[in-house]
Amino acid sequence: MDAALLGLTTIIVGVGGCLGYFYFSNVFLDKVLFPAKGPNAGRNINRANQIRPWLFLFPAMFALGLYLGYPVFETLRLSLLDRDQGNAFVGLANYQQMFAEAKFWEAMRNNMLWLIVVPATSTAFGLLVAQLTDRISWGNIAKSIIFMPMAISFVGASVIFKLIYDARPEDTAQIGVLNAVWVQFEGGIGSFIFLKILPVILLIAFAGVVAYVGYLILRLRGGLWTTFFKAGAGVFVAWLVFLSLKSVLGVMTADLPYGEPQQWLTIPFYNNFFLMVVLIWIQTGFAMVILSAALRGIPEETVEAAIVDGANPFQIFFKIKVPQIMPTIVVVWTTITLTVLKVFDIVFAMTNGQWQTQVLANYMYDKLFRANDWGVGSAAAIIIMLLVSPILIWNIYNARKEMR
Amino acid sequence: MADQNADRGTIVAGSQQFLRGLFSSKRESASGIAGSKSSLTWVVHISVLALVLLWIFPTVGLFVSSFRTGDQIATSGWWAALGESQQNIVLRAADPDDNRVADGDMFVVEGNLLDAEGASGTITVWGTSSRAIDAYTAGEIAELKGTETITVDAQGNYTWRGSEDEISGRGQRVFATITAPPEFTFENYDSMLFDPTNSEGMTKAFFNTLTVTIPATIIPIVIAAFAAYALAWMEFPGRALLIAAVVGLLVVPLQLALIPLLKLHLGVGIGKGYLGVWLAHTGFGMPLAIYLLRNYMVGLPRDIIENAKVDGATDFQIFTKIILPLSFPALAAFSIFQFLWTWNDLLVAKVFLIDATGQTTVMTNQITELLGTRGGNWEILATAAFVSIAVPLVVFFAMQRYLVRGLLAGSVK
Repeated sequence: MDAALLGLTTIIVGVGGCLGYFYFSNVFLDKVLFPAKGPNAGRNINRANQIRPWLFLFPAMFALGLYLGYPVFETLRLSLLDRDQGNAFVGLANYQQMFAEAKFWEAMRNNMLWLIVVPATSTAFGLLVAQLTDRISWGNIAKSIIFMPMAISFVGASVIFKLIYDARPEDTAQIGVLNAVWVQFEGGIGSFIFLKILPVILLIAFAGVVAYVGYLILRLRGGLWTTFFKAGAGVFVAWLVFLSLKSVLGVMTADLPYGEPQQWLTIPFYNNFFLMVVLIWIQTGFAMVILSAALRGIPEETVEAAIVDGANPFQIFFKIKVPQIMPTIVVVWTTITLTVLKVFDIVFAMTNGQWQTQVLANYMYDKLFRANDWGVGSAAAIIIMLLVSPILIWNIYNARKEMR
Repeated sequence: MADQNADRGTIVAGSQQFLRGLFSSKRESASGIAGSKSSLTWVVHISVLALVLLWIFPTVGLFVSSFRTGDQIATSGWWAALGESQQNIVLRAADPDDNRVADGDMFVVEGNLLDAEGASGTITVWGTSSRAIDAYTAGEIAELKGTETITVDAQGNYTWRGSEDEISGRGQRVFATITAPPEFTFENYDSMLFDPTNSEGMTKAFFNTLTVTIPATIIPIVIAAFAAYALAWMEFPGRALLIAAVVGLLVVPLQLALIPLLKLHLGVGIGKGYLGVWLAHTGFGMPLAIYLLRNYMVGLPRDIIENAKVDGATDFQIFTKIILPLSFPALAAFSIFQFLWTWNDLLVAKVFLIDATGQTTVMTNQITELLGTRGGNWEILATAAFVSIAVPLVVFFAMQRYLVRGLLAGSVK
């Protein structure tokens, strides 16, 4: 229990030290440096009050600067050095080396997949649950349960889902739920409905939703930037629609291995989705909580007016409620996007990037602590930072707007 | 500026008003379709029920598995554990040379097959050959070679009868199918938590995690609270800029900080250890702490603070005597966040805490190691995972209201 004693000492020293610092620095300021008496009392009080905020701020600013500010620049610097050559400046060589690696592009592709699927699905589920539970008597219990995975660590969730994906040899009892369900399909009519028709319907629905969102974006009016945004979004939407329609063809022609237990996490490409399920399971609760609060904040008059005008529940939801909580949806979406960009534990614990499931954060960890290549590892960290920075700028922009 | 502050205060307070309604049992009639009983209601109930079951199903699976023995987990799905289970086992009658008793010119061996093997359950069918394990029902008499017979009843009591030659050698083998009631054991928890000889036990990792978590939760709060007060209630140039910087740092991925800070820690002699991980968590938790606390403090009533100032209170007194007690909900919200985050963290612990000796391993790290070495031993994995999940779940259900409030205040709007 050596560590426990150290911990206790740290709490006492840390908390006591902080309080002591704040107290004595204030006393020093008021009594010694600028005493509020003597000939310059007035001037001294003013001066003390100018300095005091910085006394309050100093420890926090120091921690922020040292633990988050400085590393950004230091990582940038490290990404331009080569550790093996005695930290010689090598320009963009680390980046070149990284861009030449297939594993990096695999991580980029997977991260993009995560970025599209996880925020969209979590937000959609969150919105669905928020809306449905709003109207039923046991809604709070339901919310609590769906919110619960938020408390579970990514590692714990990985264990939970590894049990679900577990596979046993053919003809023995399957202990993973997914395989237990899978071996029930033998290629009959039921299999056709669940494994062909249903996915096709879902894919077409997805393509439809994406196309509709694209249509809404293209109708936006605005200046030059909006035009750029519209062009980019249009291309992206077209690509997504194309992909989902291509997948429809793929699903219809695929020859599925009915009745054979599958090692789900080793099936390239699709295993990414099995990993994403874990994060979606965790993040849906977050989306639900925020969106539920937003739904309750909608002015009652707007809903009542819609009812009076004869709108049906779907119209009320999609045409009255969703547009009003759009800003919150964007917030939820971006927050989950941030989590996705940093996802590490799930991939590390479940596949460790094998079978083409690598993501940027795990790629970076691999480079830093297994290959001991700080240059390329730092370059990967900078790529993550670059992917995050649009959201960073957007957040600062909004925060400043709110301040004014 | 003063008016802006007051306005913002009312806005925040107003928004918090409706947020407080969340998770409270009061139901406002106007949300949803006011008054009209929709025909969709039963669809809503069923879909919510389906979603809830889908969401809780994975956790329940792990929970149930952690109370089953390794054999049980490996031979049947956890959902089977909730009902009666069927199992095929091989049993053997007692050694005839020691246990046979004469009965006229025959010899008899009697006893209980299940008790001898330490098995429990009810025998439904049985057989004496591995090719026909379901040849006889319980209670039926099996005619073996010559005069030899054996009968086994549902409780496992058997009577094995035959001539002197036949009742000799080794005990008769019986293949039985038994139906056992649901059976759960605390054995896994016993060996993972209370067995000092188990090198894979979670006890040490549990206390290590606790040692990391508590200082890493308390220290940032103290530091951040002062800064938040300055950013909320003190006037100085550059304040807006600092707030913007905090908002910006909220999203900086901590991945960037790993190498520079590890270099720094090694350079100044902190090295890998508790001190390093506490400092790292303090730094990484700081933006959210300042942001949450400032947003809350700015909404506190201005009158109280100004009255205190008029009465001659210093900023330090105002902070400790007025602001801190009033900010309890925000402090609670942040501490839950930070607690969950540090308890569940893997990356920061791996980089800043766990050295080559592995003495300071935390639970998340131990579980990932077990996933590598004991990938198929679900009784170990499930128990280890549940030990690490249990504390956050308790905290979660006990303090859910504060967590929700913190989430709502913490997502940048």
